[in-house]
Amino acid sequence: MVAASDTKELQVRIGSLTLRNPVMTASGTFGYGREFSNLVNLHRLGGIVVKGISLLPRPGNPPPRIVETACGMLNAIGLENVGVERFITEKMSFLKGLDTPVIVNILGDSVEEYGEIAHRLDGVEGISGLEVNISCPNVKKGGVAFGTVPEMAATVTGAVRQATRLPIIIKLSPNVTDIVLMARAVEEAGADGISLINTLIGMAIDTKTRKPRLANVIGGLSGPAIKPVALRMVWQVASAVSIPVIGIGGITTVDDAMEFLLAGATAIQVGTANFYEPSAPEQIIQGMKEYLHQQGEHCIRDIIGTLQTGI
Amino acid sequence: MVEFQEKCRVASIDQMASDVYRLTVHAPLIAAAAHPGQFVMVRVADRYDPLLRRPFSIHQQSSGGTLGLLFKTIGKGTNILAAVTVGDSLDLIGPLGRGFDLERERPVCIIGGGMGIAPLCFLARQLLLSDRQPEMDHVLLGARNREELSPLVDDFIDLGYPVQTATDDGSMGQHGYIPDLLDAVLPAVSRVYTCGPHPMMKIIVEKCRQADVSCQVSLETHMACGLGACLGCTVPGADGKYVHVCRQGPVFYGGEVAW
Ligand SMILES: Cc1cc2nc3c(=O)[nH]c(=O)nc-3n(C[C@H](O)[C@H](O)[C@H](O)COP(=O)(O)OP(=O)(O)OC[C@H]3O[C@@H](n4cnc5c(N)ncnc54)[C@H](O)[C@@H]3O)c2cc1C
Ligand SMILES: Cc1cc2nc3c(=O)[nH]c(=O)nc-3n(C[C@H](O)[C@H](O)[C@H](O)COP(=O)(O)O)c2cc1C
Ligand code: FES
Repeated sequence: MVAASDTKELQVRIGSLTLRNPVMTASGTFGYGREFSNLVNLHRLGGIVVKGISLLPRPGNPPPRIVETACGMLNAIGLENVGVERFITEKMSFLKGLDTPVIVNILGDSVEEYGEIAHRLDGVEGISGLEVNISCPNVKKGGVAFGTVPEMAATVTGAVRQATRLPIIIKLSPNVTDIVLMARAVEEAGADGISLINTLIGMAIDTKTRKPRLANVIGGLSGPAIKPVALRMVWQVASAVSIPVIGIGGITTVDDAMEFLLAGATAIQVGTANFYEPSAPEQIIQGMKEYLHQQGEHCIRDIIGTLQTGI
Repeated sequence: MVEFQEKCRVASIDQMASDVYRLTVHAPLIAAAAHPGQFVMVRVADRYDPLLRRPFSIHQQSSGGTLGLLFKTIGKGTNILAAVTVGDSLDLIGPLGRGFDLERERPVCIIGGGMGIAPLCFLARQLLLSDRQPEMDHVLLGARNREELSPLVDDFIDLGYPVQTATDDGSMGQHGYIPDLLDAVLPAVSRVYTCGPHPMMKIIVEKCRQADVSCQVSLETHMACGLGACLGCTVPGADGKYVHVCRQGPVFYGGEVAW
């Protein structure tokens, strides 16, 4: 089932995880994979990151949950998901049949919850890695997001590290003053890789009704509008850590993806673009081969981090 | 459910009223799989603003592979769509969602308000495939004024349905509200199909519940993907849990959602 055209030229590694190409789909924008199975050749993807899973099912926020903004969108889904048990029984049967690495995005209210989910998913057939969403509020610490305090981010990373043998990727929140501090903290705590960015917190108002456009008032901004911010953060983090970095934020075209690789990302994730252009990941994979050819390079690994900063 | 992404050639675009357009595109795969009540996600332009696809009900479908949409210009996306010209290419994903269950024999009542009439034209045509007598059915259509309503009424009359109308300004049919016409009709039908403004559907669902008549409604919410992936299109279900309009709907039985 491996697409014959995929040779090793695009292969990359995140810890012990080998991806046939650097193009994954981002959590929350690709459902549990199956939703796109009629439109996308899932076997061609470098990896699929599924919707964030918590220990127990979560209903999510009241509507309206999404609003379009200039070159982007705000979402306040509220981490609606089926919970880890139903995920394993209902969603994994389809996913484990795929010849594509499945990375499960996990979230929690407490350090213990992160550890428990990671433990529950350890050894489940068909899971290749975990991505840990630390942009969630720590209920025991007054709702401060784990991903905004280096010590808390490190504690979560450590708890997940203890609970699983799977490769773990820590997904950073961009809503911090110093992204590099966060990256270093999770690297030291045992992360195999770092993905960034999650959404930027934003807001939109309907001036006619004087109401917020999201029932939750604030939400996460994603799409092409955030790409420059994401690229800057990826560059800063990749320059500061030695574990692989996965770039996320507004990626739609191969040119977008190559910017992230040049800035130091080993792989990328396509998020919001799946909504408006489901063929974006496959087009990027194809485009990467053409880019290599044009640049006279033999493999994508030779491109990573080769940004020319001199004048 | 099988959906397709198709690059579709615009076959025609007609202005039906000052702000209402009928667009037909060549979309053989989507057209062949389409069921009344389903919708398509349209990329109105190959650019980042507007970013998201726009959902539109399937208004017409032909075995020749064309798909018709009926839309009102309300914002950025629909205004761009209104400016397409014959031969342009549009990117569509569909058919999406759960449509209407077709009542094969017994009389039905079809109730549409404004652009909610769009999916009901396709429904009315498909209902005729089971050899029924449309004279026994009831069609109640409402809109702002004659300009908007008249061309849509013709579609149903051409199919042989008796049509009653109402307009907000009284320029065609009854002056007032469509649900007022329903009371007289309800005892004679075994199912009601409706699409239109939320307050109108709410009243219809309640009347049907009281009369113990099965009622299917088509809902609208903001959608990012149309595929069940973003979880952005929720409305509260009758059991207190959220339902996703793009996959579990857009057509629901009245009792499935909270009003
Ligand atoms: C299942 C379904 C079927 C529909 N069928 C039709 C149809 O047959 N004919 C028709 O004229 N309209 C239909 N609509 C509504 C249509 O999708 C909106 O009018 C359109 O998206 C407006 O886009 P805009 O860019 O012009 O407006 P803007 O207000 O600029 O849009 C901004 C954002 O809000 C969303 N939005 C705004 N109004 C609506 C709405 N009423 N419903 C859903 N999203 C909205 C847009 O999609 C976009 O993401 C349908 C909606 C749904 C959900
Ligand atoms: C509707 C929606 C839902 C999301 N859900 C999650 C989630 O459950 N977990 C997570 O870590 N990130 C989630 N994200 C963030 C994306 O994975 C991604 O980090 C972000 O959208 C930026 O990338 P993009 O601009 O390519 O979309 C979500 C994003 C969107 C738009
Ligand atoms: S529109 Fe994305 S889940 Fe319904």
